[in-house]
Amino acid sequence: MMHFLLLFSRQGKLRLQKWFTPIPEREKKKIVRDMTTMVLGRKPRSCNFLHWKDLKIVYKKYASLYFCCGLDAEENELLALEVLHRYVELLDKYFGNVCELDIIFNFEKAYFILDEFLLGGEVQETSKQVVSRSIEASDMLQEVSERPCSR
Amino acid sequence: MPAVSKGDGMRGLAVFISDIRNCKSKEAEIKRINKELANIRSKFKGDKALDGYSKKKYVCKLLFIFLLGHDIDFGHMEAVNLLSSNKYTEKQIGYLFISVLVNSNSELIRLINNAIKNDLSSRNPTFMCLALHCIANVGSREMAEAFAGEIPRILVAGDTMDSVKQSAALCLLRLYKASPDLVLMGEWTSRVVHLLNDQHMGVVTAAISLITCLSSKNPDEFKTCVSLAVSRLSRIVSSASTDLQDYTYYFVPAPWLSCKLLRLLQCYPPPEDGAVKGRLVECLETILNKAQEPPKSKKVQHSNAKNAILFEAISLIIHYDSEPNLLVRACNQLGQFLQHRETNLRYLALESMCTLASSEFSHEAVKTHIETVINALKTERDVSVRQRAADLLYAMCDRSNAKQIVAEMLSYLETADYSIREEMVLKVAILAEKYAVDYSWYVDTILNLIRIAGDYVSEEVWYRVIQIVINRDDVQGYAAKTVFEALQAPACHENMVKVGGYILGEFGNLIAGDPRSSPLVQFNLLHSKFHLCSVPTRALLLSAYIKFINLFPETKATIQEVLRSDSQIRNSDVELQQRAVEYLKLSSIASTDVLATVLEEMPPFPERESSILAKLKKKKGPGAVTVELEDGKERGELNGGGDRGGDAAIAASNASTPSPSADLLGLRSTAPVSGTTPSAGSLLVDVFSEAGPSATSAGVNDDGFLSSAPPTVASEDPAPPLPESDELLNKFVCKNNGVLFENQLLQIGIKSEYRQNLGRMYLFYGNKTSVQFVSFNTTVSCPGELQSQLNVQTKTVEPLVEGGAQVQQVINIECLTDFIDAPLLNIKFRYGGALQNISLKLPVTINKFFQPTEMAAADFFQRWKQLSQPQQEAQKIFKASHGMDTEVLKAKLLGLGTALLENVDPNPENYVCAGVIQTKAQQVGCLLRLEPNAQAQMYRLTLRSSKDTVSQRVCDLLAEQF
Repeated sequence: MMHFLLLFSRQGKLRLQKWFTPIPEREKKKIVRDMTTMVLGRKPRSCNFLHWKDLKIVYKKYASLYFCCGLDAEENELLALEVLHRYVELLDKYFGNVCELDIIFNFEKAYFILDEFLLGGEVQETSKQVVSRSIEASDMLQEVSERPCSR
Repeated sequence: MPAVSKGDGMRGLAVFISDIRNCKSKEAEIKRINKELANIRSKFKGDKALDGYSKKKYVCKLLFIFLLGHDIDFGHMEAVNLLSSNKYTEKQIGYLFISVLVNSNSELIRLINNAIKNDLSSRNPTFMCLALHCIANVGSREMAEAFAGEIPRILVAGDTMDSVKQSAALCLLRLYKASPDLVLMGEWTSRVVHLLNDQHMGVVTAAISLITCLSSKNPDEFKTCVSLAVSRLSRIVSSASTDLQDYTYYFVPAPWLSCKLLRLLQCYPPPEDGAVKGRLVECLETILNKAQEPPKSKKVQHSNAKNAILFEAISLIIHYDSEPNLLVRACNQLGQFLQHRETNLRYLALESMCTLASSEFSHEAVKTHIETVINALKTERDVSVRQRAADLLYAMCDRSNAKQIVAEMLSYLETADYSIREEMVLKVAILAEKYAVDYSWYVDTILNLIRIAGDYVSEEVWYRVIQIVINRDDVQGYAAKTVFEALQAPACHENMVKVGGYILGEFGNLIAGDPRSSPLVQFNLLHSKFHLCSVPTRALLLSAYIKFINLFPETKATIQEVLRSDSQIRNSDVELQQRAVEYLKLSSIASTDVLATVLEEMPPFPERESSILAKLKKKKGPGAVTVELEDGKERGELNGGGDRGGDAAIAASNASTPSPSADLLGLRSTAPVSGTTPSAGSLLVDVFSEAGPSATSAGVNDDGFLSSAPPTVASEDPAPPLPESDELLNKFVCKNNGVLFENQLLQIGIKSEYRQNLGRMYLFYGNKTSVQFVSFNTTVSCPGELQSQLNVQTKTVEPLVEGGAQVQQVINIECLTDFIDAPLLNIKFRYGGALQNISLKLPVTINKFFQPTEMAAADFFQRWKQLSQPQQEAQKIFKASHGMDTEVLKAKLLGLGTALLENVDPNPENYVCAGVIQTKAQQVGCLLRLEPNAQAQMYRLTLRSSKDTVSQRVCDLLAEQF
């Protein structure tokens, strides 16, 4: 399973943090620090995998943002890369040409989309259509119940 | 800054986020946050009731502040209120806040659980999913207590929507992982397995994570999933890339589900049903074939998804470790990846090959890639890839390539990254020790190690070289000569001085005959380093000096003068001062005889697990080195294995030497107390003994193999069994596969399977040399009364075994009645003209014919009482010779073949097992109880069976396992 997913900028600013196992706050801060220094310190075109304690770390850079996750030792690294990619695709589909600012200003949406895709650190639904549909359906719910909104 | 927003924009939130982003300093940010917190607090405390929208907005702001890394100590109640809102967005934000900021405030948990309960029973799938997401995100014990009963019902109910099923499956998985005791197996479990057949791919994908976890914990209960998984996998693998619509990812059909199916199958042994197995092998072959096809897309996502499945399939092939054909294909595929353009694939191929290297079928195939891997170590730009290459070299190392690999690792060390140097040093030290046929090479390697990477050579490494030099008298002279030369370097590492001081202090006499290394020259050389060293090293050197006085009386005056100098005898360090004073006194008062006794050569160290190996294990975590550890045991530790001359002598002298106390070298206890055995003229060690370098250095070339090969009897009669064959037998009591025997020429691997009173054993004879074995002949015999107890049939093997080749022999075994002895296996062949004649015990033991028997506590105790005659019971009380780890114990007891009965013994520390031994003549029921006493590191093992000989034999066998 996945233990955590972190999104951070080139400057090391954390943009999203999702923890799939209970970890004390202090420990979380340490992990974030370790991950940012480790990943940001890598040379370009290095491989996307690292070992860190008992976990496999898989990361990938999309524009200015790093996506980084920690996995159990038996997990498949290549597939984890595609989990990251599919998440980026889902964000992209929702925001339309997603950029870092979308995630900063609509952080709650980024979490909602993630919850539809991954649950408890495992993949819940891999179909882009199905996930997008359920996110759109919930947006519809709020649009009906509140004011109509232009996108 | 304009807010990018969609759906319901919360304008206030966007403005706040913009403000924070515009803050120029950390202080400004904190100020802005405090202002906002004050504002929110006053709004929450205000008299005016807030509307849902405002409440949502403020809760969301609090969440944002928390995620920035600030503490939040209020707002939880407002968030909980949002949960019961009937507006979806408000509910959603409430749940998000709760998921991120769980607080074990019991009052709140009750309210939260109430809200969740309402949503779960709302029959509105969107609300149900929100509630399930929250449970999965929090996963606390309180939630498990409240919902572990309800969620399985939702999961298997016929009218549950697919999306809810998916969430429920993963939610249940989360609860099971967090509180397994609260998720009770029941009627739902069998229905969960059938979700593998669900039409909706998303449901299968989610459910399979749950099924895999449950199967790995309760394999028997979920066995039916194997055939379901195989047929699902087969359907995916054979489908065209467009069949699965949106579940096809960049032209790869359902990569996530495929990988998870392959992972699920790794919880089980190969399918027993021939048809299922055939279908699975077909799938694996198809996957391997597809790897050779041209890619359907140039996108990296396509190749990643495709290769993810391939690597998972290879993992399964390695897990089965039974299809030589597939293993070799897997190895070839990985070999291609070793030179792939993609760094990721090179990395993974190196990693995967590490596991392949430990399989007897593919070890040789992996070794053929040695040059590529060495090249990777030298040229890869990425340190993590180089580290995998180093790991693989370590895993593929055996006697045939040890020198090359160690040399490459050493040369890599000169430029290696600091982050991996220490681990590399440990690996080199271990390999050098494990595969040293010739100890001068070992000494050279370790001294090189200290020279190249002295800072990274931990205490354990240099302790170990000293232990080995002390224990092996054939290398002492060479070691003395080499350290003497190494110390000539103008700047040498302090660790080198330590080793040099210790070895010259013990064995300097062996090189003192040469005027270039006369006693005084040796002393001056050591003393020239003295002032540059730290206190512990100086202390060690002082001990070396007093040993010099004993070895070379002519140095006495010079050394006494050094000891007497103010910088020693008045040294501010207590330890140094004390040593100087005591050694000076000792050398002036004691007679030569007394001095010789007190300063006698160090006695050999007792054999023990290499401290370096223990260190590497600690460094890499338990999982990483287990393979190597086992490997080390199988191949025999440098010091532990009895297959080399001289060990017997050491073992004998060990018996009479009390083992030194905790301090590995006895440094702290100072040298004078070390010699406890009476002096046997060790002063008069033959100074020019040639036993050292010249004799052993010959052992490198091919001829040298013979001189150190195990007992070779030049007779055509079967040799008597090797002395260690009983020990080899014991290794296989609780396992069926592994390496039975290995020397420089030959490796014998075993795979065996037993059913009822029948067994089949596959022996794999591997020729490790490049020269063919001729007149290769093996026989299995049953000595004495074993003849009437076992029926053993063998097929003959080809008389010619090519260099590097492996031949297989099948042995069928029928157990007629219970037995004690083991059949003998004799192997004879000619290698380069010399007859090799080896006899071993075949690891067929009575416990192999156990059928496990599950029974309840009442049954167990009733039968236990029925078997109460004294001769029916066998008991042993013995000391633990391994760790007392629960999981290891359980694995061994299961390996014995009995059923491990849970919740039977009133004392949870104890283990009880039951099984029936199946022989042709009769069935013998057997009950077992093992009582560990962790404090005393002792066990009591009790066996009861209807037959006294069986009780006794099983008891004897098992007592050797712990």
